[in-house]
Amino acid sequence: MGKRVAVVGFGQTIGRSSRKDVNGVEIINEAVVAALADAELTIDDIDAIVIGNMDHFEGINYVDSWSVEGSGGVMKPIFKVTTGGTTGSSVAMCAYYHAASGMFDRVLAIGWEKNSESDTTGAIITAFDPFWERPNIGGAIAGLAVEASKYMSNYGVTERDGARVAVRERLHALNNPYAHLHQEWMKGMEVDQLVELLVTSEQNQVLAYPLRMSDMCPRTDGAAAVVFASEDVAEKIAPIPAWVVATANRHDYVYLGDLNWDVNETLRDASRKVFEKAGIKEPLKEIDVCELYMPYSYAGLKWMENIGFCGPGEGPKLLWDGTTDMDGELPVNPSGGVMSYNAIGATALIRVGEAAIQVMRKAGTRQVQKDVNYALSTGFGGCSWADVMLLGKNKPA
Amino acid sequence: MTNQEEKKQELLTVTSGEMYQPYNWSAGSRGSRFLTELKENKRLFGIKCPKCGRVYVPPRKVCGRCYVAMDELVPVSDEGEIVVCAIIEFGFVDPATGVQRPVPYGYIFVRLDGADTTLPHFCNSADPEKVKVGARVKAVFEDERKGTLMDIRHFELI
Repeated sequence: MGKRVAVVGFGQTIGRSSRKDVNGVEIINEAVVAALADAELTIDDIDAIVIGNMDHFEGINYVDSWSVEGSGGVMKPIFKVTTGGTTGSSVAMCAYYHAASGMFDRVLAIGWEKNSESDTTGAIITAFDPFWERPNIGGAIAGLAVEASKYMSNYGVTERDGARVAVRERLHALNNPYAHLHQEWMKGMEVDQLVELLVTSEQNQVLAYPLRMSDMCPRTDGAAAVVFASEDVAEKIAPIPAWVVATANRHDYVYLGDLNWDVNETLRDASRKVFEKAGIKEPLKEIDVCELYMPYSYAGLKWMENIGFCGPGEGPKLLWDGTTDMDGELPVNPSGGVMSYNAIGATALIRVGEAAIQVMRKAGTRQVQKDVNYALSTGFGGCSWADVMLLGKNKPA
Repeated sequence: MTNQEEKKQELLTVTSGEMYQPYNWSAGSRGSRFLTELKENKRLFGIKCPKCGRVYVPPRKVCGRCYVAMDELVPVSDEGEIVVCAIIEFGFVDPATGVQRPVPYGYIFVRLDGADTTLPHFCNSADPEKVKVGARVKAVFEDERKGTLMDIRHFELI
């Protein structure tokens, strides 16, 4: 077993639909400066860097090389990690491995994207097979829409259930000054009233039935950085470090058509592995808060089941009884989640950072009002692979 | 230039222009055979794992779950069942043609009879009341076939 490792600092830019005032180097720099300030470190303290984005969104390759003036990577060990939607969580996992190896004490993880610089669907398609998938692919939203169709058919789930997830995420985002979507008009309205509006309003355009505009994440320009530190230095840097308790990732298919559409198997198995390593037997009771990579509303139902928070088909109950709201037993996505801020290469790293600040009690207006011993973060690449990282207040044994 | 002047500065972008970067991808021997059978005989087949018995469409050389080589080609039907589906309403450029596809259209994953995996394709209907999980469909072949997946024009509801 390697060294124990903790998150000791987190920085992110405010999410915007377009940041024409900065190029890639500069938006990366904003996040790194914020993370270093949060950890009260300077770039000289950083021993190694892991950076990631999805090259095909900006069409400029080798970010590890050309970003060094922004990332702080001049004359330092720096590696690029690109794994699709999970890029940010994979960057976090690799930074963790660096620090756990005992070879680097303070490791900077960076994720970023300027989604405004290309067509998201056009870019995502380049990750699919030219013979068997591209000729008729339905785009970035369609892969999620088809998953929703099966989940709804299996369990009699309705558009109202999906809308209730969207309402939770957007209401939570109102507490997060960094969120891209701040739907101020929702303030003061009842949850039922908002759900009704989302499923009936003609303005809420259907993109890929059963998914409407409100069911989807936005496209965001943004960047995030997280500082990982080994047990030799972590407690000197942060008053309450967020320890990495366990992490795992899983992949399971070649072509989309190979997927078992009934269950998100990669998320299920990566979660099981993490819980097994951590000794967690009842996730719903033992985990205190979650920052989950849920790019669309029905993920807030089905994937909760697949993680193991409830049984098959029980996602809607967990949602409607308020369990996952800010004041519930298991607050999910106090930040407003991916559906409120989605700079794709940064998105999964923001889940790790947001989970960490809940443990560190630095989440400000979005801090959950309860003790946080365990905070769970996930990454999703799609469809459908998974990274899972569990953070905790207590130093692992 | 002062900071004040910089704030008033127009923010510029540059477009990549009409980029064209052709690739030549390999279908492999199994993929080539599948596409040739489709083109010449309108016949579809999969490949069966000797260990778990799973029948994969399109055929490939290795069952990833068992990590064993597969050699047994098995015929599959041109009819099957919709496993998952969506009605696409947002328009985007078709990566194969460079042209925006007309919307709405049905996007379905079909489990052909005899197969365990599903094949993504278009449906001839965009009616959410008819394009549903569990609905039966049949392949409609192009008259002039070229050896691509689009030699199946779409699947029609039975």
